[in-house]
Amino acid sequence: MGERGIGGLMAGYDRGAFFCELTSQRTSNEAEIATVLSRLGALDFADLSRRSADAERELFNLGITFTVYSERDSIDRILPFDVIPRVITADEWQVIEAGVIQRVQAINLFLYDVYHDQKILKDGIVPAELVLGNPNYRPEMKGVDVAHGTYAHVAGIDLIRDEAGIFRVLEDNARTPSGVSYVVENRTLMMRAFPDLMADLKIRPVDDYGIRLHAAMAAVAPKLAGQGDPQVVLLSPGIYNSAFFEHVFLAREMGVPLVVGSDLVVDDDKVFMRTTGGLERVHTIYRRLNDEFIDPEVFRADSLLGVPGLMRAYRAGNVALANAVGTGVADDKAVYAYMPRIIQYYLKEDAILPNVETFICREKEGLDYTLDRLDQLVVKPVGESGGYGLLIGPKASAAEREEFRAKLKADPANYISQPMIGLSVAPTLNSTSVAPRHVDLRPFAVTGQTTWVLPGGLTRVALREGSIVVNSSQGGGSKDSWVLGA
Amino acid sequence: MGNLLARSAGNLFWLGRYLERIENLARTIEITETFSRDSSARNWLSVVQINADEKRFFEKHAVADALSVIGFYMLDPDNPTSVPTSLQAAHQNARALRPILSIEMWEQVNVMRNHWRSVLASDLTGPGMARLCRRLRDQCQVAEGIVEGSFSHDEGWHYYRIGKTIERADQITRLLDIKYHLLLPSVEAVGSALDASQWNALLRAANGYQAFRRVHQGRLSPAAVAGFLLFSDSFPRSVTHCVRQVAYMLTQLRSRYRLSGGIAAEDKLDEMRAVLSDLTMEQIIDRGLHEFLDWVQNRLGAISADLRDGFFPD
Repeated sequence: MGERGIGGLMAGYDRGAFFCELTSQRTSNEAEIATVLSRLGALDFADLSRRSADAERELFNLGITFTVYSERDSIDRILPFDVIPRVITADEWQVIEAGVIQRVQAINLFLYDVYHDQKILKDGIVPAELVLGNPNYRPEMKGVDVAHGTYAHVAGIDLIRDEAGIFRVLEDNARTPSGVSYVVENRTLMMRAFPDLMADLKIRPVDDYGIRLHAAMAAVAPKLAGQGDPQVVLLSPGIYNSAFFEHVFLAREMGVPLVVGSDLVVDDDKVFMRTTGGLERVHTIYRRLNDEFIDPEVFRADSLLGVPGLMRAYRAGNVALANAVGTGVADDKAVYAYMPRIIQYYLKEDAILPNVETFICREKEGLDYTLDRLDQLVVKPVGESGGYGLLIGPKASAAEREEFRAKLKADPANYISQPMIGLSVAPTLNSTSVAPRHVDLRPFAVTGQTTWVLPGGLTRVALREGSIVVNSSQGGGSKDSWVLGA
Repeated sequence: MGNLLARSAGNLFWLGRYLERIENLARTIEITETFSRDSSARNWLSVVQINADEKRFFEKHAVADALSVIGFYMLDPDNPTSVPTSLQAAHQNARALRPILSIEMWEQVNVMRNHWRSVLASDLTGPGMARLCRRLRDQCQVAEGIVEGSFSHDEGWHYYRIGKTIERADQITRLLDIKYHLLLPSVEAVGSALDASQWNALLRAANGYQAFRRVHQGRLSPAAVAGFLLFSDSFPRSVTHCVRQVAYMLTQLRSRYRLSGGIAAEDKLDEMRAVLSDLTMEQIIDRGLHEFLDWVQNRLGAISADLRDGFFPD
């Protein structure tokens, strides 16, 4: 991996032992990357800092925020934005795109099978209890047919890149993956704040996400009796939800109403929304509400966010839900470990994007391996998200490891472990310099009849030096992700 | 495009109302400050009275003076009629409307709310006070300009305008009522020099000084000023003009958008228009300006309730 000639702002930059998304050797787009680097290097630190502060203020003023609620107040926080872009070459994107499409296909085939004949369980490829005993398995979905066999209409596949520059899947998100609004808004912001950095580079656009999403929602709508377009709505938990901005963004980009549960009503197994002119039929609901809240008749009876009778309408085929109910069984961290075998089983192909090597602690072999190497592995509870409850062995103290050992022994089926991967880094602005920080990548796949992947995706960056936790709840920020043209 | 979500219609109505209310609160505080420079502290009590806030106010404050009244309306988040409360309410409505509002409109409301959070009591003394009131007015008018240039004149726009216009009519009656309170102890003082300057200030607060001058060259009487603010058929803040606008927009909703709600409101608007065109200013002063303004406020409240029931029930 040859280092590039870099200077100015980038002069003191040292990527260490990690793959760098800007300075490491690539297989294509060498000229464009050199251009980006030289332009970056020529920027003055004070100027860059000022533009960065302007960009963050603009995010705040535009309300591109997530909301933290205290007792009497609401505080809007932005996802910290790093102005130095992450660059993905045309070659790399080709692999990622094909790999994500393959993965989404396998997830949809798996979900269809799980809710129909359960062949994969009968053939012993995936342990039946892992699926049927999973809290996200929804028996209500057995025998329900969804349009085009699409369950995960919107999927976010979390990728990391190891020291050798190989992209690996860290996690699948097949329920309601969030963050796509930042992808589009970050780009808008970059185009305004850094036209000089982007000039003449062929960067794949991201602004047609809403149109693609709407097309997918229309493609899965129940067949209409008469003329006209299907009515798509976005169902949000409402303004108090921390991700409300994203719901607004998606409704706005699709040009559809943003509804809350109380705006909808089910009559004769059909869904309607309350308008100023009375009830109007709804055909597809892009819901940003978890399964347990969508229908108090079927799931949590105390849910005020959902719509009584929605499952009846859904099962009758009178409304499409995206994502489908019950997809959580496919993005479970324990099922993740079986994903290469799932891909092989349904598609007769090897996974284009490999998993991170994973040890399944519900299996004795995996548990023993993990207990022997707690100081080398990352151990994760399978049911948690957002980076909570995990042990990063090499970084934990002996006492923390011993405490975790007890938890692991008490409930081994709840854990998987993985080797510590040296996540790739990208140059990131901090208060005194530009320095390497670890990043991941979440590409977004939209599936109606076919799958489309938004070029790039959300690059999350761990802003603290040395940290590998990129989650926004734990000090993560984001970067614009540029997919360069071929 | 189908009809608007009922909830969104309500949010638009209230966004319009709150933005207009904030602008007028700034105007009211400003005009009271102007009056109080050459008059007694009793002026400040009138602000509390016209907002019908006596009970809540005196639970917190012993005296209604500049400091306590300004703090109560400009800073107190527990006062439901304060600037921060109205800003918060406007912000909540705008937040729920974000898929509908232009990005710039949302940004403006967001900036207004965030700005106001940094205001301190010390900013409200001396010339800082006028500056803040002015900024608030400017911000509201920028918001109005953004709406004008970006909000499609579709169904939703009508609810926004109706809310804004009802609030505007309500507020002009409150501004007039301040003057009424000031005049109450000395009706004979009408026509004195001091009085003229106060009526001028009132016209300026309503942003109607020039408009009034063009209609009433060289003559200024309290009856003429009050009559102008109540009856002018062209001044955008006059009660008559506002009522006519609301009636027109309601007709549009019912005809162009074929909505069936709002019949009761239509009847009440017809009644108001009849009363406003039949009565003269002299008759109103004879019967009591304050009572008349009360009646207008009361009718506007009833119309709001009818509109809610007809278009955006809770």
